[in-house]
Amino acid sequence: MFPASFGYFAARSLEEALELLTKHGEGAKLLAGGHSLIPAMKLRLASPRYLIDLGQVPGLSGVRVDGDSLAIGALTVHADVASSDLVRQRLPGLAEAAAVIGDVQVRNRGTIGGSVAHADPAADFPVILTALAASFVLVSPAGKRTVAAEKFFIDFFTTALAPNEVLTEIRVPLPPAGAGTAYAKLGHPASGYVVVSAGALVVRQPSGRCASARVAIGGLGSVPIRATATETALQGQPLNPEVIAAAAAKAAEGTDPDGDLYASADYKRHMAAVYARRAIEKASERASKKVKTRMEI
Amino acid sequence: MTTEHTGTGLIGASIRRVEDPVLVTGKGCFVDDVQLPGMLHLAVLRSLHPHAKIISIDTSAARAMAGVEAVLTGDDISLNIPSPPMVSGQKIPPHPVLARGAVHAAGVPVAAVVAQSRAIAQDAADAIEVEYESLPSVVNAEKALEPGAPLAREELDSNVCYIATKKGGDVDKAFAEAEHIVRMHIASPRQVAMPIEPRGAVAKPEPMGQGLTVWLSTQSPHRVRADLATALGFPEHKIRVIAPDVGGGFGSKGPLYREYVLASYLALKLGRPVKWTATRSEDFVTMIQGRDQAMTSELALKRDGTMLGLKVRVVANLGAYLCSNTAGPPQRMMAMAPGCYQIRNVHVEVAAVFTNTVSTGPYRGAGRPESVLNIERLVDKAARDLGIDRLEIRRKNFIRPEQFPYRTAVGVEYDSGDYEKSLAEALRLSKYDDLIRYRDEARTRGELVGVGISTFVEPSGGAGFESGTVRVERTGEITVLTGSSSHGQGHETSFAQVVADKMRVSMDHVAIRHGDTLAIQQGVGTFGSRSMVMGGGAMTIAIQRVVEKGRRIAAHLVEAAPEDLVQADGGFAVAGVPDRQVTWRQIAAAAHGGKVPSGMEPGLQETAFFDPRREAWGFGAHVCLVRIDRETGKPTIEKLVLVDDCGVIINPMIVEGQIHGGVAQGLGEALREQMVFGDDGQALTGTLMNYAVMRADDMPPIVLGETVTPNPFSPLGVKGVGEAGTNGAPPAVANAVMDALAPLGIDHIDMPYTAPKLWEAIRQAEARAKPPA
Repeated sequence: MFPASFGYFAARSLEEALELLTKHGEGAKLLAGGHSLIPAMKLRLASPRYLIDLGQVPGLSGVRVDGDSLAIGALTVHADVASSDLVRQRLPGLAEAAAVIGDVQVRNRGTIGGSVAHADPAADFPVILTALAASFVLVSPAGKRTVAAEKFFIDFFTTALAPNEVLTEIRVPLPPAGAGTAYAKLGHPASGYVVVSAGALVVRQPSGRCASARVAIGGLGSVPIRATATETALQGQPLNPEVIAAAAAKAAEGTDPDGDLYASADYKRHMAAVYARRAIEKASERASKKVKTRMEI
Repeated sequence: MTTEHTGTGLIGASIRRVEDPVLVTGKGCFVDDVQLPGMLHLAVLRSLHPHAKIISIDTSAARAMAGVEAVLTGDDISLNIPSPPMVSGQKIPPHPVLARGAVHAAGVPVAAVVAQSRAIAQDAADAIEVEYESLPSVVNAEKALEPGAPLAREELDSNVCYIATKKGGDVDKAFAEAEHIVRMHIASPRQVAMPIEPRGAVAKPEPMGQGLTVWLSTQSPHRVRADLATALGFPEHKIRVIAPDVGGGFGSKGPLYREYVLASYLALKLGRPVKWTATRSEDFVTMIQGRDQAMTSELALKRDGTMLGLKVRVVANLGAYLCSNTAGPPQRMMAMAPGCYQIRNVHVEVAAVFTNTVSTGPYRGAGRPESVLNIERLVDKAARDLGIDRLEIRRKNFIRPEQFPYRTAVGVEYDSGDYEKSLAEALRLSKYDDLIRYRDEARTRGELVGVGISTFVEPSGGAGFESGTVRVERTGEITVLTGSSSHGQGHETSFAQVVADKMRVSMDHVAIRHGDTLAIQQGVGTFGSRSMVMGGGAMTIAIQRVVEKGRRIAAHLVEAAPEDLVQADGGFAVAGVPDRQVTWRQIAAAAHGGKVPSGMEPGLQETAFFDPRREAWGFGAHVCLVRIDRETGKPTIEKLVLVDDCGVIINPMIVEGQIHGGVAQGLGEALREQMVFGDDGQALTGTLMNYAVMRADDMPPIVLGETVTPNPFSPLGVKGVGEAGTNGAPPAVANAVMDALAPLGIDHIDMPYTAPKLWEAIRQAEARAKPPA
């Protein structure tokens, strides 16, 4: 299929991209990896008048430690997030999510910023980034602001990004000692998109009890939801299989997912509990390993 | 690269495919690779409505666009796809190449645009405005038979295309005498063929209206040429159809499609070549789909498991329009209803029904999988009901080796078989007793593990004749022309093996040519597991004739009696004098140089048309071990053993490849794939984002085995194998899944066994089992 005709700009700097965006307004779309936008254009579900390609804008990709956060450039491709030593060591749950997006081709071209800005309710990054309390750096001609994930994702394909803003960086707080992260996903057998997924950040006390937990679930609504009942049920409790299962069973509490051709609403709610349990178990296992390593030292 | 592959012993050798170096290095030539000077591009505007009247079409904006050469609607063209009757008395509503007055399925072409580029053609098609008046639609064939159902084709008085029956014996008596009757309703999911190459056509008019050359991605160049001639009203002998490299078909590239006629018509009209290449989305809504038969069945038995009678009523969903082969799969279903069992009293009825959906037709298996599924589910249920082991009930009723050729109650003669032997081999390879022990131990822990078996027949060949020409060229190399055109099967390898083996030459000296109606004598094509049975059969007869003529020429050259000449590597030798040899090169030189015995025609070329007037009945036994995760409903195939008997094997590697591919599609049907239409007629699974075709990493480990029961009616002893995987594997999986769920009291679930579907069934069964609070 062919997209409808469109104009194309290759921005050479962030300033130029912002200038073009301001000039062409809502008729323009930013192009990052193109792995959501281009298919939509080829099916003529999207017909932007202009594309502003960010591919040649310097400084928008890579992973680095910045203070107490990991800073990930918006143009970093999924494969680089998945294989980054920094991410794998400090935030294995994020690497895990990056590694199960689409297929090899998608992971080699698709970008974390593109995925976040597209805000597909069946995408992986929004879920794990919500669990990890990430925030997003948005730049406009007026300046820079940082928006927390939970404030950023507003609805299906709708974010807090203003029409004149560019998402430049994803900032993920580095978890404290004794923390573990994990991501567990039930993918659709055809598309590979999320049917239900769970991201977890578990902080474990030396006693083996849960100091705090953040659990986000994808697939139950228009944006990732925080499983607050699950988080509360874990708080202060020993991280054993019974406690985790009982807490995870509350993962879909208060949600009202839509059933679809593949999975009913009941199935999704049930799977939310199953995948929340799997993610929490893995996160808490990682948390305990970390504690051990430090004790050995 | 194949010089070592010389002479006898090639039949049965796993020769690597000679086609592959070209294909895997991207040097193949498919229809979309055909580029001609001045070529224009066709795009089609399709109906989004499953059933509607067309009130008006405004093409003015499209016509006004720069680069647009022609715009057509149903008002401009009244050509139809020919649909010859396959069943007497069947209804044949029109199948126009562009909708006239109404559309009866989403995706139907409503307007055609030809432009200087594909992009312009697409833009112009999008600029056409059509006003519709929606009509009620029906998508489910059983619902289409209910009183008051909407008419899929409003010009007909009902949705029934035809009712056909096949019967034998005294079914009423059998059921009256039965000690047990099993009743089931079994629906086979609709499936989409997914050839890697979508359909395509390039039509090139010859000067002065003297001819038409059409490149098509097709399985049947000659058949499609005849249908194209009929559709266009253009003489068949002036049409040349070329099937270049074809990237798969699985049945879906058998018939003539509307776009082929549109491209040809427009090329003739405009005097310029016209190309059309389908998108995957277009293939999803306009290429024939498979299965979608619902069976209501009864099996009558004695208490000891002896099968007395079988009644099947099939409701087959044909879709909205008849392609040339749409009526085929239900016929096939009827002809093999009793499977590999001695059931002497059978009554099968098919109600073939129009709905507002994509046309159905042959898809790998083409009625066979439906039939095997039906009988194999009935047999397992009977065993369970009667408390008889499922192996015992099968063995008790198998047609026995000494009964062949065996005429079934529905009047079909099976050539040969040893069903007990293939079952025994499958049990041995699967370590069946260990599987049962493993299952039983798992059950004691509350795990859902099941073992399933299917034993089945696989008819192959048929569909009339096939042709083969064998020509020894002047320099002694051999050219073979076959009507059996390859679309991925490896004909250039396996046919060359047959020729090289039978003529005692190197494979390098054999070229297999196919897929061009100008070069090839009449032919039929490649489908229905028929190529080696029919194409190989025709070729073998032609080889025999060439060898006999060659022997006489050789005898003439060495002044010996023909009966004293024996075949030797590279030609012939005088019996008892092995170094007195005559090569094919010498023989060919004589044949073309006036040195033939007096009274003999010059040349060294023979053509054979082969029709054994019967099909070849392969068979097999498949064993499946499945585990179902109680928590998620996800089924995992832990073991799959496939024993297939296709008679003499020409190339074991290619046979294995056929089984692998068939199993992948069979497991797709069993586990994942289903084309679904909403009640409003819209396709809900019209893309690869929601239609879950099997991929390489979805495949479980599989174990292949074989038995060899030569076909006495084939010059090569062969039977087909292309559809074995789609026939045998799904019922083995179905029986395994139902065995796993048996402890929960679950009787039957229709495929595909998706995790959410199984989870729901498990949850409901557990709720039933709980004592009321």
